[in-house]
Order: sequence, then structure tokens, then C-alpha cells
Amino acid sequence: MKKINDIEELKKLREKLIKGKNKEGIVISVCMETGCIASGSYEIYKELLKEVKRLKDKKVKVLKTGCHGFSEVDPAIVIYPEKIFYIKVKVDDIDEIIEKTIQKREIIERLTYKDETTGEIIPYLDQIPFYKKQKKLVLSLNGLIDPEDINDYILYGGYSALSKVLFEMEPEEIIEEIKKSGLRGRGGGGFPTGKKWEYCRKAEGEPKYVICNADEGDPGAFMDRSVIEGNPHSVIEGMIIGAYAIGANDGFVYIRHEYPLALKRLSFAIQQAREYGFLGEDILGSGFSFDIDIVRGGGAFVCGESTALMASIEGKVGEPRAKYIHTVEKGLYEKPTCLNNVETWANVPFIINNGWEKFAEIGTDTSKGTKIFSLVGKVKNTGLVEVPMGITLKEIIFDIGGGIKGNKKFKGVQTGGPSGGVIPEKYLDLPVDFDKLNEVGSMMGSGGMIVMDEDTCMVDVARYFLNFLKEESCGKCVPCREGINQMLSILNRITEGKGKIEDIEILKEISDFMQKASLCALGKTAPNPVLTTIEYFYDEYVAHIEKKKCYSGVCKDLIEYFIDPEKCTGCQLCAKNCPVSAIEGERKKVHKIDIEKCIKCGICFNVCKFNAVERK
Amino acid sequence: MKKLEVDKILEKNGWKKNKIVGILQDIQDVYYYLPEDVLIYISEKLNIPLSQIYSISTFYKAFSLKPKGKYRIKICLGTACHVRGGYIISEFLKNKLKILPGETTKDELFSFETVNCLGACAIGPIVVINEKYYGQMDVEKTEKLINKLK
Repeated sequence: MKKINDIEELKKLREKLIKGKNKEGIVISVCMETGCIASGSYEIYKELLKEVKRLKDKKVKVLKTGCHGFSEVDPAIVIYPEKIFYIKVKVDDIDEIIEKTIQKREIIERLTYKDETTGEIIPYLDQIPFYKKQKKLVLSLNGLIDPEDINDYILYGGYSALSKVLFEMEPEEIIEEIKKSGLRGRGGGGFPTGKKWEYCRKAEGEPKYVICNADEGDPGAFMDRSVIEGNPHSVIEGMIIGAYAIGANDGFVYIRHEYPLALKRLSFAIQQAREYGFLGEDILGSGFSFDIDIVRGGGAFVCGESTALMASIEGKVGEPRAKYIHTVEKGLYEKPTCLNNVETWANVPFIINNGWEKFAEIGTDTSKGTKIFSLVGKVKNTGLVEVPMGITLKEIIFDIGGGIKGNKKFKGVQTGGPSGGVIPEKYLDLPVDFDKLNEVGSMMGSGGMIVMDEDTCMVDVARYFLNFLKEESCGKCVPCREGINQMLSILNRITEGKGKIEDIEILKEISDFMQKASLCALGKTAPNPVLTTIEYFYDEYVAHIEKKKCYSGVCKDLIEYFIDPEKCTGCQLCAKNCPVSAIEGERKKVHKIDIEKCIKCGICFNVCKFNAVERK
Repeated sequence: MKKLEVDKILEKNGWKKNKIVGILQDIQDVYYYLPEDVLIYISEKLNIPLSQIYSISTFYKAFSLKPKGKYRIKICLGTACHVRGGYIISEFLKNKLKILPGETTKDELFSFETVNCLGACAIGPIVVINEKYYGQMDVEKTEKLINKLK
């Protein structure tokens, strides 16, 4: 790759790429991100490449892309220009796809998406309910570009925002633009991004640093991974613009080690950006220099906290510090540091290219733009969705998500990871923005949305998060270290059927103390899952404590499986499937579960065709 | 320990003290755990107290001071996998392999650990064996997979 020395050369390159693109006829795009690859998309991609090569038609191209979002139907392919959407594609289907759809322009009905209620066949991506209510800004190029090819990004206007700021805008103007757009931090806190940049620019001390927080630790959240795996250059471009506005020459991306593919694509993208001269000395001949280093996280949740993250970059144990002095003044190596999350950085090029007005017209009064959520758990259409701020939970879960799996009853939705809470049915009409979620005791967090149905036990959910946080608390401050432990031991007791009704008050008391006295947000927000479940699902706590019952059938000590001798036909299916051989019985004779051996996995309950296994 | 290999890693990280977390990551990529002799060697070469290296190696969950098995199994216990029954798979593996998370079987064939979230939540529960991801897993599928590897 040849270095691009000035704005003219960039324009010429883009024109050349557009010319090439116009010659293309059919593009078959295959999603190749972690989740899709696990569903088998790599095999599909290889086979498509092979078959298309055999066609010897230069107008047909196979493209590997980032996630199209609809993970439930993976592996899926999109055929452009019509955007024909084929779901759950198998290697065996490829011959037919080539023959019918690519050569004869026919649609293969059995591979299309079907509306579950009406049975209607929906062959085109844009018409599928999952996509209809979405609004894609950050993810707009996911599915259109090869994340490992910088030219694809440039073709769609990539790095034009960078050339605009370098040659047409003063740093203060950029900051003003971001401030007016109303962009707030997508990592969860929701701090106004423009203000943060301004504080950092004005802070005394040299050098200054910018950091991208890609330590997406909230369990159930994978937005940042998908942005990096699908369009890494949008994050890099955002960072360069931010660095120019703030006056920084060094940047870091702190990325989770659990994301090997995102790490690979990001490294690759940084390398390509360097070769083209978007990173390094004298970017596009502007005199401004900036480069990015990648730092891999070590699997510590607390390192998502800004001061802990900076300690980790410095090669220390990732413990947070008290923030009397903000990191914009004294952050990494005690120097002014501006840290933003992946999604925040990725929003920047859009705002610069389209103007703050275009961004601010989307959303609510206090939260502008879009937000990406990972819609997971017991919802029919799992996947990654980007929606305008202000959309209701109901629209996300029922219109986009298609409602609850297996036609069970909706119970609650967990947002904000271990710092958030569970929102019950009565708030389904709540418009989703930073402040509204806070009002009901939860928070935006980075954007995980875990849908829970009647089979989810809320006491167990609270216990789950505290157990998670017990492992992840760094132990530096006493309220967090001891508070979590005490709360967890109470919750363990309750789920074992040994709770007392006074326990609920004690949980609230410890929560109050932790919120006030913990050092960092991990401890301050740790009580949220407990407090929201107590508030909205009080009856479940009472049932566990007084009746010793877990009606959702989750808490092991409170449930038992047994076989109804009237219904058992002795078919042996349960015995064959029992992973711990806890079921005894001869063929055609009534079977019995050995309570001592049973691990209460529920497999027998699910496999029995005669409903003979009961849970009590 | 192959000194050359470790030196290469130190070289890649510029022999810098503040790159210690990255250096340990690179070491773990090669050995799948942090061998004691390597840590002592790094401590001497970079002039970092061994206690500090030990503190870092035990603070970050990514590091292991125990050798791993031929097949390294990870069970995701993120929220999405949890509500879909990921914990049942973990319970099952404890029984099946007769080891606790973080341990390795005596024949050094399997090691198994639980992880917080692998970010493939939409197709949970997730099981990862070596670097391959398996989605929508349950006890039955996991058992088949393990039996195939034995």
C-alpha cells in the first residue's frame, strides 16, 4: 500500500474505488464475526468462494463482513443489490443458491425468513420486522464492507471526516460540534463527550493521551466487539479526530483478551491505517502526528473502570483510585487523558461528516443519537440491534425481538450488566434513554439487554450478579469487598431455603452503605441487581424465604425431580440421557430418580415424551 | 524453558517494565500458563520483583500458574448463557471430568475453566474448546463432544 500524502490523493483513491465498485454486479455477503463463525459461516464462505470462482463471472463477488445483527438465524447471507436474505444456510444449499439465485435471479423460498405469526415469506432484509424499527448509524457499514480491507471503508466515505477536521476545522470547533450533537458516553455513564474533550484539552500537562475502552466486561454485552469486528476503522478514525481536538499524539486501545478476532481485526486495521498514513507522523500532510498502541486486558472486570484501566496500561494491578482529581486532568501516567468507549468513538465520524444537527435530530431531549443493544436471553430474535434513543422497551423486545421464546411469559429485562437492574413488565412502555433507565433503578450500561421469562428466578439473578462481582471486586476498598461477600452469603442462604424475612432489610441496609462508601462504580452500583429485584419481585423473595419454594424451578435446593409412576412407560429415554446415571429402571418398568446422585439439570424433565417427570 | 523464545517476547515488548501485563499474555499464548522458571527469568531480566509479577499473575483472571490440558475447555457463564442454562453444563463437567474449574485432569487431557462472558451471547450457552466456539450447547451435546476427544 502506498502512503497517502494529501487530501487530493485520498479523493483520487476514493474515486478509483467507486469506479471499481460500480462495475460490480452481485455481491454475496457472509457475516464473519465470532458468533457467526461459531454457527458455521466460515465453511459457507469457503464453499461460496470456491463455487463463485468456478462461475468465472467477474461481476459476482463474495464478501466477508461484520455482523448483520440477526444472530438467531445464523449463518445467514445477504445477496446484493436486492438484499436477498437467506437464513440458516448450510454448505449443501450453496449449489442451489448459485444456480437459482445468482444465475437465474430466482428466490429460494425455503431459505428465506418467514413471519412466525402470518407465515408470510419475507425474502428481503429491509422488510424483516427485526430490521424495520432499527436505525443504523454506527453499524451502517456492517455487512457492506470487509473489515480487513481499509479500501472498503474509504469507498464509503471513510477517513473523509478526518481530512475535514485536519484541513477545515480548528480543534475548538470540533469540540463545539461534538458538544452540540449531544453525544454522551456509550460505555454506560453517559457523560457528555464534548465536555470531556474540552476539559482534557484545557487541562495542563503534556503529553496528553486518548484511550479507547474496549474492555467490554458486562456479561451479556457484545456491541463493542461487533463494532470492532465489523468496522474497526470507524473507531480508529474517531480516535484520531478526538486526539486532534484534544491535542494528543498517543492513543491506546484497551481490549479484552477474550475477544481474539476483534483483536486481530483491530491490529490489522491499525497496520493498514499506518501504511496509508492515517496514523503516524504528519497525517495527510497536516503536520499532526498520532499513533495507537493496543493493550490486551487480563480478564479483570474492574479494568473497565477508567482509573483501573489506566493502571493496567501502566503495567500494574488493575485497581481503581479515588477520583478527587479527574482522569481528564491526571490520568494515564498522571497526564491529562481522555477515555471513551468503542461505540462513542465510532459515532464521531458520522457527526463530523453529517453535522451535529443530523445527529441531534435522533433521540430524546437528553439522549441523542442511537444506541446499540445486544438483545439476548429468552427472546425469539436474539442479536445485535441499533435503535434510536427513546424507543420503548416493548418495541425492542416484542417488535424487533419478536417476543419471548417458546411463548412463555415475559418477566423482566436486565440492562446495564452487574451495575444495572431488572426492569419489570409494568415499565415496558418506558422510553429507553440514559435518564429514564436510571429512574427505574437500572442503567444504560454498555448496552446488554437480557430478556427473562417466567422460568428465570429473580433471586437467583441477584445471586448470580453478586457471585460474579465477588470474583471481580478488586478488594481494595472494604465496603465493596465485604459488602458483596455479606450480601452474597445472605442470597445463597435464601436460595438454599434457609433465609429469614429480616434478611431483606439487611440486604437493603448493606446496599445503602455500599452505594455511599465504595471507592469506584463497581461497588457503588453492585447493589442495583439486588435492590431492583427486591423492589419489583418481592413476592419471589418471600416465596423462597417463607414457603421454601422457587416457582421458576431454578434454585436447586428448593426443587426436586421425580417420576410419576402412573405416567412412566419405562421407555428408558430419561435414563439414557441422564448425564450422571441417576435414573434406574428396567425396560417397560417404572423408573426412579436417585435423589443423592441427581444434579437437577432438568434433562429428564425435558426429554420425557409422556410428561412423567415432574418438578416440585 | 526456552530462553530464546522468552527473549523474543521481551524484545517484542521493548524490554519495558510497563509492558509486563502484555509480556505475560504473550508468555501464556505460548505455554497456555505461566511457568515458574519463566517468571523468575523475566523478574531478573526486567528487574521487577518476583512478588510484583506474582501479584499481577494472580490478579488477572486470564493468567494461570497451573499447566493446562491438551484440550482447554471454557464454559461461558455470562448472564445470557446463565439464563439459558450454562451453569448446568459447568456442573456436568465437574462431574464428568472430576475436576473443579481451573484444574486439569490427571491424564493432562482436559482442563476446564469458567469465563464471565465471551461476547457470543446470542447463541449461548457457549462452550469453547481450544480456540473453537460451539454455540447453543447443552449437556448432551457437550458430552458427545468430550467423548469424541477422549
